[in-house]
Amino acid sequence: MTTETLNPGKGRTLPSMSVLGPVVALVVLLVIGTLLNANFLSAANITNVLARSAFIGIIAVGMTFVITAGGLDLSVGSMAAFIAGLMIIVMNAALPSMGIGIPIILLGMAVAIVAGILAGLLNGFLVTTLGIEAFIVTLGTMGIYRSLVTWLADGGTLSLDFGLRTFYRPVYFDGILGISWPIIVFALTVIVGEIVMSRSHFGRHCAATGSNEHVAHYSNVNVNRTRLLTYAMLGLLVGVATIMYVPRLGSASASTGVLWELEAIAAVIIGGTILKGGFGRVWGTVIGVLILSLIDNILNLTDLVSPYLNGAIQGVIIILAVILQREAKAKG
Amino acid sequence: MSGSPVLALRDVTKSFGPVEVLHGVSLELRAGEVLALIGENGAGKSTTMKILAGYQPATSGKILLDGEEVTFDSLHEGEEAGIVMIHQEFNLAEQLTVEQNIFLGRELRRGWLLDKARMRRLTREYLDRVNCKVHPDTLVSRLSNSDKQMVEIAKALSRNARVLIMDEPTAVLTGAETRILFDQVRAMKNSGTAILFTSHKLGEVSEIADRVTVLRDGSVVHDGPAVEISEDAMATAMVGRDVSDLYPEKPADDVQSDVMLRVRGLDVPGHAAGIGFDLHRGEILGVAGLIGSGRTEAMEGLCGLRPARAERVEIGGDPVTISKPGDALDHGLCYLTEDRKLRGLLLDKGLRENLTLQALHKFGGYLIDRRAEERALDQAIADFDIRAGQRSMRVGNLSGGNQQKLLLAKVMQSEPRILIVDEPTRGIDIGTKQQIYTFLRKLADDGHGIIVISSEMQEVIGLADRVLVLRSGRLAATLDGDAISEDTIVRHAMGVGADSSERVA
Repeated sequence: MTTETLNPGKGRTLPSMSVLGPVVALVVLLVIGTLLNANFLSAANITNVLARSAFIGIIAVGMTFVITAGGLDLSVGSMAAFIAGLMIIVMNAALPSMGIGIPIILLGMAVAIVAGILAGLLNGFLVTTLGIEAFIVTLGTMGIYRSLVTWLADGGTLSLDFGLRTFYRPVYFDGILGISWPIIVFALTVIVGEIVMSRSHFGRHCAATGSNEHVAHYSNVNVNRTRLLTYAMLGLLVGVATIMYVPRLGSASASTGVLWELEAIAAVIIGGTILKGGFGRVWGTVIGVLILSLIDNILNLTDLVSPYLNGAIQGVIIILAVILQREAKAKG
Repeated sequence: MSGSPVLALRDVTKSFGPVEVLHGVSLELRAGEVLALIGENGAGKSTTMKILAGYQPATSGKILLDGEEVTFDSLHEGEEAGIVMIHQEFNLAEQLTVEQNIFLGRELRRGWLLDKARMRRLTREYLDRVNCKVHPDTLVSRLSNSDKQMVEIAKALSRNARVLIMDEPTAVLTGAETRILFDQVRAMKNSGTAILFTSHKLGEVSEIADRVTVLRDGSVVHDGPAVEISEDAMATAMVGRDVSDLYPEKPADDVQSDVMLRVRGLDVPGHAAGIGFDLHRGEILGVAGLIGSGRTEAMEGLCGLRPARAERVEIGGDPVTISKPGDALDHGLCYLTEDRKLRGLLLDKGLRENLTLQALHKFGGYLIDRRAEERALDQAIADFDIRAGQRSMRVGNLSGGNQQKLLLAKVMQSEPRILIVDEPTRGIDIGTKQQIYTFLRKLADDGHGIIVISSEMQEVIGLADRVLVLRSGRLAATLDGDAISEDTIVRHAMGVGADSSERVA
């Protein structure tokens, strides 16, 4: 009782640690990077970091919604590989009849989008309608998509026709006003995602569902539809990320998109979204993605620490982020 | 009763940050005596109990154990001294068995191994003493609330408690279970245990307590033998004003107004069958029945919250089909859950998010209009007298009464014409109860139809114009006028001819 008087002034004077933490970490990384290498802040390097962040970033925005609504999706890396393989097969097959041109690129994009949405809906259907744990469902589909792409590639690599690849390349490498397409698409995804999460009914329903699904149900929130939509949206965004990814290498193999799911989930958690659901913020996820990319970039630019230790450093950061979250929760 | 106090507080104050919540509280627990600590939500009962049990340190003042000043640095030291506290929300490991819980942290051993035989024997003995029929190997998660309460008491017995502190032990118990609890309390009292308990049910306080201490706003406003204070006087002392007219006056005229809701042949598989009733405009319809009679399930089924079928449902004369909660809301029918913590409110969200969740479509098209939400919250705080320290605070930190008022404000956001409230005053203080009763009556007077489901007999009798009694998922009786009495309701709820002294829960 009278606990309403327990936290005088909290959250009024200074933003809490969970808000400040990721921002401070990002600033520290920027300072370290600048001190270690003069080229770090060059336009070329920043563009490179952002463009490489874009794939994980676009997926992580979708992942933010899934996790906020109390779900999880481990299948996104395999799903991206499978969609990439599917795109390449369809485009190669359509090449004799359609020829090189914008229509065949649009066909490939449509395949990616539709396949992404369907894959997301499948995950969502299994989780909501059949009521299977999200961890189990997506662990299963992760294996399925990975195996399918390996099978489609017959254990090797699926390559986009060389002519097609040359025609498609600008989607990754060109852009507007020197900003490449992946960065533009990433930025748009983030802006829309942030607005949807923090200002729309859907975002509020996601948070309510993740916070307590019984309360959400009794408050006329369609819990299953909300969850299903988050998975479908994530699938769509995996499709979009794949559209950006295929022109970069022009191929797909069993090793495409490996560990993307972990990077995406890590970025979401580092950004302050609560793993158990109920609260999420898209801008935080962006900071999480940037932190992970910058660590990678700094390790590559300097020879202080071997880039092979990248994974270890990321691991430490993820664990730290969760500890910070817990402290913030204990205080709040 | 007996001599010097076992445990006492002297001028204890407690502050959270700059806010002092206890202002010099003194009280005494004597061996072989039951002390009832009563007060409104937020009066400082829980804090007082936590200080007594060593959960929280006092800011100033003394805690005396057998006349010696003590400070408990940890909960463990309190337990070592023989002080056991039973929480309202229970302190049992859900995934362990009854036996494992009773001996948790103090398992009996023989050498390196657990002495299972002796623990089993003792567990059975303790459970027998509280007349609890559960098997020692049952997982606690499978127990009903009342069985959990009994297991907690068995656990206290196993610790040879000299002082037993119980936070609203009867809130989750049925009448029969309360009897068993009280028998056990008397037995412990006679064997010399000092007992402190809190309750919002003043009848129980009169029945079981030897002394009554009343807290109001963090100060002791009354302390004396229970026989010297009437229930009315207790209520007045708690609230600080006269609350003898707890229930608003019922409308006098018997003129039947038009039917707002007509239900025929409502079936909720496994819980209720063939329920039919009419709800008139401006009427408060009470629903009584034992726990498990299908009251809640029938109404949840009606509102599309769980699978149900009905031969016919009419709202305002038009037949309607309700298959999901949204359908009910579209027709102006809204259900307020009995479980505000698990089904009613998002405890880790703020007031604003909770208030508007059910009627979010009212606040902006695709995007939420935050300013409209803030205005709605201003209005709700004023209309429902919600007392929150800060607007941004987590709803889980509100007192029970304020949570209930917020929940009521939340369902009113969807502007229902027919409101079904389930246990609207469970676990909240008498002052807030009165506010809620007044509000419900005013809604009815304004032309709404209200259904009140309640386990509190007095509440049904005091509030309702007509009463439906459910028994085993079927409608046992519809009572009105002078037929609404404790006796008739009990007889219908239990089945005619049953022992009518049994309290309906």
